[in-house]
Amino acid sequence: MTGRPATVRVAGGQGFWGDWLEAPYRQVTGGPVDYLMMDYLAEVTMSILQKQKSRDPARGYAVDFVTQMERILPTVVERGIKVTANAGGVNPRACAMAVVAVARKLKLNGKLTIGVVTGDDLLGRLDGLIARGHDLKNLDTGRPLKDVRDKVLSANAYLGAAPVVAALQRGAHVVITGRVTDTGLTLGPLMHAFGWASDAWDRIAAGTVAGHIIECGAQCSGGNCLYDWQRIPDMANIGYPIVEARADGSFDIVKHPRTGGRIDIASVTEQLVYEMGDPRAYITPDGVADFTTIQLSQPSKDKVRVSGVRGKPATDKLKVSVAYFYGYKAVGTLVYAWPDALEKAKAADRILRQRLDDLGLEFEAIHTEFVGADATHGPLALKDVDVAEIPEVQLRVGVRARDEAPVDRFTREIAPLILNGPPSVTGFAGGRPKPEEIVAYWPALIDKRMVQPAVELIEA
Amino acid sequence: MKQRLVDLAHARSGDKGDTANIGLIALKPKYYPLLVKQVTAARVARHFKAMINGPVERFELPNLYALNFLLHGALDGGGTISLKTDAQGKVFSTALLRMEIEVRK
Repeated sequence: MTGRPATVRVAGGQGFWGDWLEAPYRQVTGGPVDYLMMDYLAEVTMSILQKQKSRDPARGYAVDFVTQMERILPTVVERGIKVTANAGGVNPRACAMAVVAVARKLKLNGKLTIGVVTGDDLLGRLDGLIARGHDLKNLDTGRPLKDVRDKVLSANAYLGAAPVVAALQRGAHVVITGRVTDTGLTLGPLMHAFGWASDAWDRIAAGTVAGHIIECGAQCSGGNCLYDWQRIPDMANIGYPIVEARADGSFDIVKHPRTGGRIDIASVTEQLVYEMGDPRAYITPDGVADFTTIQLSQPSKDKVRVSGVRGKPATDKLKVSVAYFYGYKAVGTLVYAWPDALEKAKAADRILRQRLDDLGLEFEAIHTEFVGADATHGPLALKDVDVAEIPEVQLRVGVRARDEAPVDRFTREIAPLILNGPPSVTGFAGGRPKPEEIVAYWPALIDKRMVQPAVELIEA
Repeated sequence: MKQRLVDLAHARSGDKGDTANIGLIALKPKYYPLLVKQVTAARVARHFKAMINGPVERFELPNLYALNFLLHGALDGGGTISLKTDAQGKVFSTALLRMEIEVRK
């Protein structure tokens, strides 16, 4: 490599699988960027992808990523923008091959090297690991994984930035990974571009904080921002965030000119505290960031400067995300109108529960909410409210059971209430609810040395 | 006099399993000591007593004029297990902003 850049710009293109389809294209065309990072993997996504792969060995990745690449690849190649994405799901190689096919279709073959990061998938190794004394205890309940072993659908270790760095060093233009942490997709490019050592803990922590800020897309640039939300401009045209980093680890959060939204200390702070645990120890495979050391300032409009971030050495563990089959659930709804909408909905709930009880159905949980009254804020919401005058209330009842039968029977008890329950009821156009399989999440830790990330390069 | 937190702070919340987190951020730096003093873990646990079945932890971020609360047992099992509309605790944030604290006039 010849010389190091003064600044590196990493753009956030997707905050989750399902985020705005326009964002990646806007990020690579709206102004200069060096890297585009896209986060596709939520905890349950891996099990859905594992199921797809078991039906078809060529599937098991985020197909939307390939559609996105088809749209942005000509720009990405022309401008020399590199892409990092955990779109590979449980089949990063198949995802890479799909991108290769797209590159060939666009006549970009010979101009594109794809790095494939694997090694996170532990599903085929679980029995061996358990046999060798790796209990993979549930971090919340303490139970060993063997208790649900026969129900496991996917098991992936969270890899960090290291394999992303390795792929970039070997010349990859697009890095497609499986379960790499969201933050690693931003930290990796910064470590590569600035040559940060893997034990430069403060810089690792700074790059991790940068990753945390942009990993939810526009949620740091005015999206879902409570502070002064009515005056955030041009949300229809919202600008997704860009990290403009310097070699010393300080960085700015900015967005392209002529985009909407707003980047200020309030919008960035809201994202910093999002999904936070102990702020002194934000643990990733790469290191431990101390969020109480972060200093924010606003040098100009839509630019927030982040500095002072301190870090600590990485732990010797990796987090493992296991998905397993848990049971069934269903949710039914009906809408009751004024007058006494809430009283009517409550009466309907009592009748429904008695009927479920009389049928002898057994549930692990029955959960009732009155949407429009207390669904999100519970009893806190009804203080100082003239309850009789509430214009309408949606009765929303959910049930959960290990077996499908009681859940299925429940789904047939909602509609009858229209004719044989309390009055002024409507809102059943959608038909009866369907029982849904619950795939639950089992967080665990594993010794780092048990997981070997692998990097492979594919020429398009 | 009493004032609602919505006039003193903004907030964002999220989830980790069955735990909801709420980041409470002072609207002005001068409000932060007030939040530290009055919005204690015990006070937040009382505020949410009908909605959570676990303890509340509090962490201070004076650098961001923010407090972070962890509300354990808040999400009916959390994630895909939960039957709640707000299974990911996204609007616990504004539920906290309903709390009233004592402010010297």
